[in-house]
Amino acid sequence: MSRPQVTIDGNEAAAYVAHQTNEVIAIYPITPSSNMGEWADQWSAEKKPNIWGVIPTVVEMQSEGGASGAVHGSLQTGSLTTTFTASQGLLLMIPNMYKIAGELTSTAFHVSARTVATHALSIFGDHSDVMATRATGFALLASNSVQEVMDFALIAQAATLEARVPFLHFFDGFRSSHEVMRIEQLTVDDMRAMLEDDLIRAHRARAMSPERPVLRGSAQNPDVFFQGRETANPYYLACPTIVQNAMDQFARIVGRQYHLFDYVGAPDAERVIILMGSGAEAAQETVEYLAARGEKVGVLKVHLYRPFSLEHFIAALPPTVKTIATLDRTKEPGSPGEPLYLDVVTAIHEVVAAGSAPFRAAPRVIGGRYGLSSKEFTPAMVKGVFDEMAKPKPKNHFTIGIHDDVTHTSLDFDSAFSTEAPETVRCLFYGLGADGTVGANKNSIKIIGEDTDNYAQGYFVYDSKKAGAVTISHLRFGPKPIRSTYLITEASFVACHQFSFLERVDVLKYAAPGGTFLLNSPYGPEGVWEHLPRKVQAQIIDKKLRFFVIDAFQVARDIGMGQRINTIMQPCFFAISGVMPRDQAIAAIKHSIEKTYGKRGEAVVKKNFAAVDAALDRLHEVRVPSRVTATFDMRPPVPDEAPEFVQKVTATILAGEGDSLPVSAMPVDGTYPTGTTKWEKRNIALEIPVVDVDVCIQCGKCVLVCPHGVIRAKVYSPDLLAGAPATFKSAPARWREFKDQVYTLQVAPEDCTGCRLCVEVCPAKNKKETRLKAINMAPQPPIRDQERENWDFFLTLPEMDRQVLSLKDVKDVQLLEPLFEFSSACAGCGETPYIKLMSQLFGDRALVANATGCTSIYGGNLPTTPWTFNRDGRGPAWSNSLFEDNAEFGLGMRLALDQQREYAAVLLKRLSATIGDELVEALLTADQSTEAGVKAQRERVKALKERLRGQEESAARDLFSLADALVKKSVWIVGGDGWAYDIGYGGLDHVLASGRNVNVLVLDTEVYSNTGGQCSKATPRGAVAKFAAGGKPQIKKDLALLAMTYGNIYVARVAMGGSDVQTTRAFLEAEAYQGPSLIVAYSHCIAHGYDLAYGMEQQKAAVQSGYWPLCRYNPDLVHQGKNPLQLDSKAPSLPLEKYAYNETRYTMLAKSDPGAAKELLELAQADVRMRWRLYEHWAAMQAPGGGEQKLPGPAPVEKRE
Amino acid sequence: MIDLSTTYLGLDLKNPLVVSASPLCEDVDRIRRLEEMGAAAIVLHSLFEEQINVESHDLDRYLSHGAESFAESLSYFPDMAEYRLGPEDYLEHLHRARAAVGVPVIGSLNGISTGGWIRYAKMIEDAGAEALELNVYYIPTDPELTGAQVEQMYLDLVRDVKATLKIPVAVKLGPYFSAMANMARRLDQAGADALVLFNRFYQPDFDLEKLEVVPNLVLSTSYELRLRLCWVAILYGRLRADLAVTGGVHTAEDVVKTMMAGAKVAMMTSALLARGMGHLATVRAGLASWLEEHEYTSIRQMQGSMSYRSIANPAAFERANYMKVLSSYTLRT
Repeated sequence: MSRPQVTIDGNEAAAYVAHQTNEVIAIYPITPSSNMGEWADQWSAEKKPNIWGVIPTVVEMQSEGGASGAVHGSLQTGSLTTTFTASQGLLLMIPNMYKIAGELTSTAFHVSARTVATHALSIFGDHSDVMATRATGFALLASNSVQEVMDFALIAQAATLEARVPFLHFFDGFRSSHEVMRIEQLTVDDMRAMLEDDLIRAHRARAMSPERPVLRGSAQNPDVFFQGRETANPYYLACPTIVQNAMDQFARIVGRQYHLFDYVGAPDAERVIILMGSGAEAAQETVEYLAARGEKVGVLKVHLYRPFSLEHFIAALPPTVKTIATLDRTKEPGSPGEPLYLDVVTAIHEVVAAGSAPFRAAPRVIGGRYGLSSKEFTPAMVKGVFDEMAKPKPKNHFTIGIHDDVTHTSLDFDSAFSTEAPETVRCLFYGLGADGTVGANKNSIKIIGEDTDNYAQGYFVYDSKKAGAVTISHLRFGPKPIRSTYLITEASFVACHQFSFLERVDVLKYAAPGGTFLLNSPYGPEGVWEHLPRKVQAQIIDKKLRFFVIDAFQVARDIGMGQRINTIMQPCFFAISGVMPRDQAIAAIKHSIEKTYGKRGEAVVKKNFAAVDAALDRLHEVRVPSRVTATFDMRPPVPDEAPEFVQKVTATILAGEGDSLPVSAMPVDGTYPTGTTKWEKRNIALEIPVVDVDVCIQCGKCVLVCPHGVIRAKVYSPDLLAGAPATFKSAPARWREFKDQVYTLQVAPEDCTGCRLCVEVCPAKNKKETRLKAINMAPQPPIRDQERENWDFFLTLPEMDRQVLSLKDVKDVQLLEPLFEFSSACAGCGETPYIKLMSQLFGDRALVANATGCTSIYGGNLPTTPWTFNRDGRGPAWSNSLFEDNAEFGLGMRLALDQQREYAAVLLKRLSATIGDELVEALLTADQSTEAGVKAQRERVKALKERLRGQEESAARDLFSLADALVKKSVWIVGGDGWAYDIGYGGLDHVLASGRNVNVLVLDTEVYSNTGGQCSKATPRGAVAKFAAGGKPQIKKDLALLAMTYGNIYVARVAMGGSDVQTTRAFLEAEAYQGPSLIVAYSHCIAHGYDLAYGMEQQKAAVQSGYWPLCRYNPDLVHQGKNPLQLDSKAPSLPLEKYAYNETRYTMLAKSDPGAAKELLELAQADVRMRWRLYEHWAAMQAPGGGEQKLPGPAPVEKRE
Repeated sequence: MIDLSTTYLGLDLKNPLVVSASPLCEDVDRIRRLEEMGAAAIVLHSLFEEQINVESHDLDRYLSHGAESFAESLSYFPDMAEYRLGPEDYLEHLHRARAAVGVPVIGSLNGISTGGWIRYAKMIEDAGAEALELNVYYIPTDPELTGAQVEQMYLDLVRDVKATLKIPVAVKLGPYFSAMANMARRLDQAGADALVLFNRFYQPDFDLEKLEVVPNLVLSTSYELRLRLCWVAILYGRLRADLAVTGGVHTAEDVVKTMMAGAKVAMMTSALLARGMGHLATVRAGLASWLEEHEYTSIRQMQGSMSYRSIANPAAFERANYMKVLSSYTLRT
């Protein structure tokens, strides 16, 4: 039977089978598995049925714990049910997995294996999550390639129905989940043939039903629990054979034969590596290469890891084996070895002990770790392991792929060793996230894979930045199957789609001699050479590269493509690489454009066709000069004045050489210095704001909204202008209090992302030319040097004395130094202005507990991080625990601070004779409610430390170590709506109810932004989000209202674009309130689908429409006899549609399902009216009695500061 | 019995009251109600080619924006299998409107490209429109573009569309031509079956606080009728094409005037937006009463009776009239 050849990634392959072979699917987003849930949700929204002709029900839960619970319930009630997850998500499923397995329930979970967070979070792949489930009783089935992902998804589903053992089918996160490969797609007939109807009916017959009531999930005592647990043994004993039978049946139907353990290599191999996952493909490629050259080596690829079949395992090993190396993609600190190693050692030992071993002598077994967090695993490393195995005393418990100079576990290997087939063409593309490079390459792989006889593979490396992200596409194609599950290090074709990369990214490092280099260049073939850095010129000459240029941006501008050059660069690649005849390639590209963009409208297709047609005319080959002539070179990653750690570690990572850092270079416990973004000058903005001091009214709105902290203001003495650069701008300060001083508004030119929020929010217009404002965008390159000099001078100016500022005035807030700067958030991010504001107001005494999500990624993803410190060295201390526990994590901080302060108070009293009663009294009773109060307390603490310094008494030394706890600290619990509304809501609710003095900042983007915009309970009715492809039918949860009902929680709903004054006041009040505070902040987001330059305007519309009523609920007002609820915005004056339909998340529903859009919009409008009436009524209520009132809910904890 | 019937674009209409293209016609229930109130034909709101293109580009832009940049969020929206971005909604609406009412339904189109005009015109015809109104709304801001070039664009458009369609085609245009009468004749010769006089140029306003140009939609008044009356009266009897008046028709008297000037139909929108759809019935009743009171037996009897050709002093439509108005205005002040 002929089956379709499709070019897809592993996630789609798994979801394809899962959606068609299940009835209920419970999902929750987590990288890198989210796409499986997204596919399932989308297919059901598109009414695609499963193989039984019914559309599967897909339900998003509030967490993976919730998803596994729903799966358990659905399975118990007889439906075929699945879920998708990874990493911490899988860990949250473990309790239910024990139950599901304990009850012998058939299911197949699909897991894109990902690192479990330890000293740091990592979104990348290894087996630490899967290995954590070994004891649950789930069968663990590993896929090593995209084809296997599809095949094993079906084999797992078939086997579980017969075995009654639940299956966890896993494959490597990113390397397999995101690798795009041409594979053969299974058909509905294949799936029907593999799944026996009788077994499905048996599964259904075991379901709970009041028609045949049973009890399941009893509580048992010591007398019978043990015996009951042992009843499962026959099922686990039978399981391997059932899986092998399913594999055999699959082979009969489809033609691909798999085994529980697949051996590849010399039949008489003496050295055998054992591993599972995508690394097995690289190992196979290496083994085939070496075996063909006469080496007695082999690889045993583990598919069914649990239940571990000793019999099948031993049978698969060549009896000639003398040395075995097991490779585990996980680490189990403290264990005698990693899991696979221990299993293999046990297996060998048992067969030898039983006398059933086929070996002449028991082979030596060594074990090692590789590939944690998607660390590259290459044939060179495989060869390194084989070489080690050949030694008389090979190292055990080794690592491969890193340089461990601390405990010396690592093996050496020759990185130049390569097994790449010469027939395979390898290409590298450097692009910018926004330019469409990856999309174009995915298309190219599809074209090559489906329109030629070539095998094709695409793998894409992304940046850890959200704005100005560099992408690197690795494409392979050729006549032979591709097993190269590692990055390309020698490419015959290199394309650089952004000219500006040349000064900071070594794009030709991996260009093969005699290869081709395609550059998107604003300079033509005659003039480009002189604009190339020396290193690039030298590489082109030395490697004898053919060099082509095209001004793709000019073509894009001519056609109206904006920054997207995908369909301009793609035909150039085909034309130069010669992979297909030019006309055939152009036709294929156009066909692909129609397929991809056709549904987005004819105009879009036409535009892209025009781009393809225009591209080749502008493609030119450059005559390469014979010598290097440039007078400049690539820029160093960080400047010389950067601190030592930044020079040694951060700069190496920035240079793309992080793999070379030895173990000794890394902090042992995940502790890193803050304030490092300032050293990374990314220069990603094509245009930056330029200030017109004659027009500026010094209102500070631009400073407030700047998401990246690149616009700063200072007021200072004009004397300090001596020595200022010639173009440095200043104007008389427009403050009554500072009338003799000058004001400067300065932009950091190399840190700006060019988002334009500042320009849009600027209220001052040029009277002569109204299109101009007080700040206007201008091209960055011509003014970069001048503005860099101005910025450096600006930084030398003193910061304002915080005590003389009125912090409730936006105009004054602009003068506070931000302690959160240059984050990697999306250009125009709606969250970071709030975080920056918090850092300005309280940063020098703040501790931040940060939920996992966008905030933790742009706040804490290496190489550089934005939380920073002031000239006194003070600044926010930041940490991320998990996604689900952030409120509790922050509460823990508060508890510790309070406890330390208590102990310090005790010690102060105990040591008052030594310290002096007056100072002790002052320290204990200090009023720290103002900046001046905090400053005075710091002075007291300084004095205290002076008096304690050198004292040897234990109490004195304790007090010295605790003295800082006497200064007021501000605990901020920060996260997004996915955390606050969904996965962390239980904990958040508990923490808010605790009465403790914590400040919760919820940055409400109304979706799970970091994982790509999945629906949360904050998603508004009628908006489309992933997991709500048909538009969210339910109303948004009113988190603020829920918190208000406690009565003793300070609650504010803010939107900076609606009222920056109200936002600032809310932050101040929340922090001042001596109990729990909650700020729910409207945060515009890239996932809303509009130009974020208008984010603040859209926030204003949200407020005007009544969708986002501004309010503050201050329990302190009750004590003053006032109503605690204040409405800070006016009654709705704008129809909801006028707000909502500015955003793609709403309009796309109107385009995909107009009827539903209309109905949901009407309901949403009714929601607005109803909620406004409720708020209005509450805010208008008379506070009963007036004066002192008893607050409802738990009493606030005694004032401690 | 007073005969209010007329013909327009070869269609027999029960009276001369036609609802012109506006958002009123975006809803089938409202269209049904307009028929009940006495509308003799409905011109649907315009299908804007530019809007289709803009929506298409916007959707593409924002579905792609930020995609394939960051490993955890390779896209931000589900990309559905299908979007209704073309004219499907409009055509479906047209189809439903046809089924909902007995009076003729006329499509309206505003295009930006030659291909677009022709393609969408054909789609509207195929969807069942009984006629098509070309809503030519073009502001020639390019100083290099001559009046002759602009006129030729209009003529080419009409010729191309006429060559494609079988249904009658009306052209709705603005008054800003150097030689309106000549332009009207050339459009007539190019094949236009009716001229709809005139499109209203929605002049934007200035917001002095924000220093912004803001759209400012002001409903028409009866005063605006006069320009239409003047040109219909001048053109009546000189063209093969029918004449229709749109802009400024608010009362029964206004309708009478348009008929007397020589129009086949009087189109209304502003009056209905301001006073509600029931106003249509009032105008219709008022029209019948006026005819009865003034002893007219039919609309046809009065059509063109006050046209340039039919009045005693045609100079009243020319410069002399203009001078007289000015001087009388001066006298009054």
